[in-house]
Amino acid sequence: MNAIIPPLLKSRQDFVVDLLRPILGEDSLLWEPEDTIPYECDGLAAYRQMPLAVALPHTESQVIEILKICHINQIPVVPRGAGTGLSGGAMPIADGLVLSLAKLKKIIDINPLARTATVQPGVRNLAISEAVAKHQLYYAPDPSSQIACTIGGNVSENSGGVHCLKYGLTIHNVLRIRAVLITGEVVEFGGLAPDSPGLDLFSIFIGSEGMLALVTEVTVKLVPKPQLAKVIMASFDDIEKGGNAVAAVIGAGIIPAGLEMMDQPATKAVEEFVHAGYDVDAKTILLCESDGTPEEVAEEIEKMSLVLKASGASRLQISETEAERLRFWSGRKNAFPAAGRVSPDYYCMDGTIPRRQIAELLKRIKDMESKYQLRCMNVFHAGDGNMHPLILFNGADHSEWRRAEDFGSEILETCVELGGTITGEHGVGIEKINSMCVQFSELERNLFWSIKESFDPLKLLNPDKAIPTLNRCAEYGRVRISNGVMPHPELERF
Amino acid sequence: MQVVLNQFKEQIQSAISEQKIINICGGNTKNWYGDSPSGEVLNTHQYAGILDYQPEELVITACAGTPLKEVESALNSKNQCFPFEPPHYGENATIGGMVAAGLAGPGRGQFGGLRDYVLGIKMMDGNGQILSFGGKVMKNVAGYDISRLMPGSLGTLGLILEVSIKVLPLPARTETLKFQIPASQAIHQINSWASQPLPLSASTWIGNEQGGELWIRLAGAHAAVVAAIQKMQQLLPAEIIEESPANIFWASIREQTHPFFTHSNENLWRFAVNPLSNPFLTEHTTMMEWFGGQRWIKANLNREEAQSLASQNQGYATLYRNNRNDSGSVFTPLTANPLTAPLAIVQKRVQKAFDPHGIFQTGRMPY
Repeated sequence: MNAIIPPLLKSRQDFVVDLLRPILGEDSLLWEPEDTIPYECDGLAAYRQMPLAVALPHTESQVIEILKICHINQIPVVPRGAGTGLSGGAMPIADGLVLSLAKLKKIIDINPLARTATVQPGVRNLAISEAVAKHQLYYAPDPSSQIACTIGGNVSENSGGVHCLKYGLTIHNVLRIRAVLITGEVVEFGGLAPDSPGLDLFSIFIGSEGMLALVTEVTVKLVPKPQLAKVIMASFDDIEKGGNAVAAVIGAGIIPAGLEMMDQPATKAVEEFVHAGYDVDAKTILLCESDGTPEEVAEEIEKMSLVLKASGASRLQISETEAERLRFWSGRKNAFPAAGRVSPDYYCMDGTIPRRQIAELLKRIKDMESKYQLRCMNVFHAGDGNMHPLILFNGADHSEWRRAEDFGSEILETCVELGGTITGEHGVGIEKINSMCVQFSELERNLFWSIKESFDPLKLLNPDKAIPTLNRCAEYGRVRISNGVMPHPELERF
Repeated sequence: MQVVLNQFKEQIQSAISEQKIINICGGNTKNWYGDSPSGEVLNTHQYAGILDYQPEELVITACAGTPLKEVESALNSKNQCFPFEPPHYGENATIGGMVAAGLAGPGRGQFGGLRDYVLGIKMMDGNGQILSFGGKVMKNVAGYDISRLMPGSLGTLGLILEVSIKVLPLPARTETLKFQIPASQAIHQINSWASQPLPLSASTWIGNEQGGELWIRLAGAHAAVVAAIQKMQQLLPAEIIEESPANIFWASIREQTHPFFTHSNENLWRFAVNPLSNPFLTEHTTMMEWFGGQRWIKANLNREEAQSLASQNQGYATLYRNNRNDSGSVFTPLTANPLTAPLAIVQKRVQKAFDPHGIFQTGRMPY
């Protein structure tokens, strides 16, 4: 597995290690292949590359020193959090350093009155909510990998989750970011004050996929924990009715805490796997959640039920207990592993479309199934139009693999055509870098490059990610799950 | 519309060749905001109209020159709104001006600012070329989030042509309460309420060192609002304000027509600070909004003192209404804070990326 390092790269490696060893010491600097191999990919295991070395600083001042050295010596740097990303954003580059921030994991301050927590970038998303739970507060964005992914990674990807329809994305829930530029200068984006003078660089920093600066501290906004949550499971005998029901709920002035959709192939696969109690006779089901005070939830559930019935729901089931609510959700949250059980391989797409196009896209995917002679399961964050179609195929059959690729390309193209985007929450990384050519013109991509160079003129931070160069603009890429096994199989994926 | 776009392009190209500055203008309602701009006016009013509004998508797309009141009345007819309550500051405010100014009203404290609602933008850069970023969907992480860079850029990056903004349903019920409490208690109380699951929608405190009144707006499901009123009244005596005077009050805060803003010709200072900051400059009448994060003081303060006071409270001071025509920038420079100083050069480069010939460098925002 470990390729022999070419002599030129080996001497570069020796050079980098010699430069960094005095800053980090032996334990926090890895360069032997057996030590660096866990870093050769992130959650997108199809793309792998061994780095020159991996730095694991414990302090911000070490981060500063490392970046200064990399800047002076023009060593590319790939930042990394927990490595759970699904688009290859943390995939190393051959002649570069991986700079992991996983060891900066202190919770610096919790202020219940201000509803803020200030943490280092390596603190896990869920660890924040756990640390503030005693104040009846929590950090709202809940990407599916929240048990493992870090807040620094969330900031870099602008992560979402099941509840972002009501509570927003990372950008809506972070107040302040302290970061180090490639020059080693420490800067702050945003702050405790509601705004700051000048251009809103905070906004472009969030979701910049590690290309502009390294995060060393984050102040997040906390929100009061809702007293109660209930979920409605609604069955539809027709996919189009289900898709239109999503639009109808929102159109009725309701913002559900979560609004998820699964089609019949998905519910069948899931039901066999986790017995969530899904109506497997329905062509599609919706999970529609309300949270808040008991009075609020009662009022909203009644309103939602009326709209769902009027939209043609054939059956409604409302969770009566917290255990039942979690059981309804368990199916949705296990959709990816369930796909892995029914097919040797699957592709997960991440396009987003306007809500009113859900039924249209589902119809088109149905046609594509016959065109490519492959099955597709559809699970998605219907409330915000973020789709995760899972294309089932057998990777051992080369022709199936090619058809699956084309199938995926056509889905993403259709998303853009229907007024949507190629990625709703997984990021571009290395995976969708070619799809960027379809969504953005050359002028727009050039502006992205100018923004990058405004922060990082030598283009040392996570180069070759997220923004394609002209000659890259060729084809689509996507998540390939081999034999149903994803890296971090222990994590929920939804 | 293509004709109008061609005119814009011609005006930009002739500005480049004649080395002129272009001062983009919508309804001319916020021209006083920021540093005095120079340059030849480019008016957006011909590029107007709502392009797409599907209530179930929670997004509206409109041309920059569309009157804000037209957009808001379209939203209102479908029981939706901009929760950040952008101030109009006049009859003719446009949606393009709203985005370029980036200002927000009472709802900002609870629901986030304009930037949080911008989903997509179409613009003309400093070469007269059309670029689009973001889109009409809630979740979109393809490329840098350039559309969110527009709010507050004051026309210095380029000409905004079309914007897509997220909207929310109007709350089912709204109520306003008024409490008589001093400033420091008000700051503590509103933040304490905000850390509980209560349907807060806005807060404003007005007063001085002798005391003041705290206005709280609750909005949400009927049951939630009723329960919250009971809870708050059990804690502190409160007056429930009738719907009509309450609406007048919140509109007067949003539009700055409240007597606090209009009663004298002194300068109006805006402090954006850590919401929990202790009251300062208490010898002056103060208005606090956004849980204490935005504070208004009408006084002829010394610029450096105001900026240093703001900085002690983790924030920034802006000479919001320079009624006495003081010289110098109304904004705090990035170089005043060691943690934003290195970003000054970054900001300059970003501006240049949009506008390589500097035709939008009106001086309205310091670079």
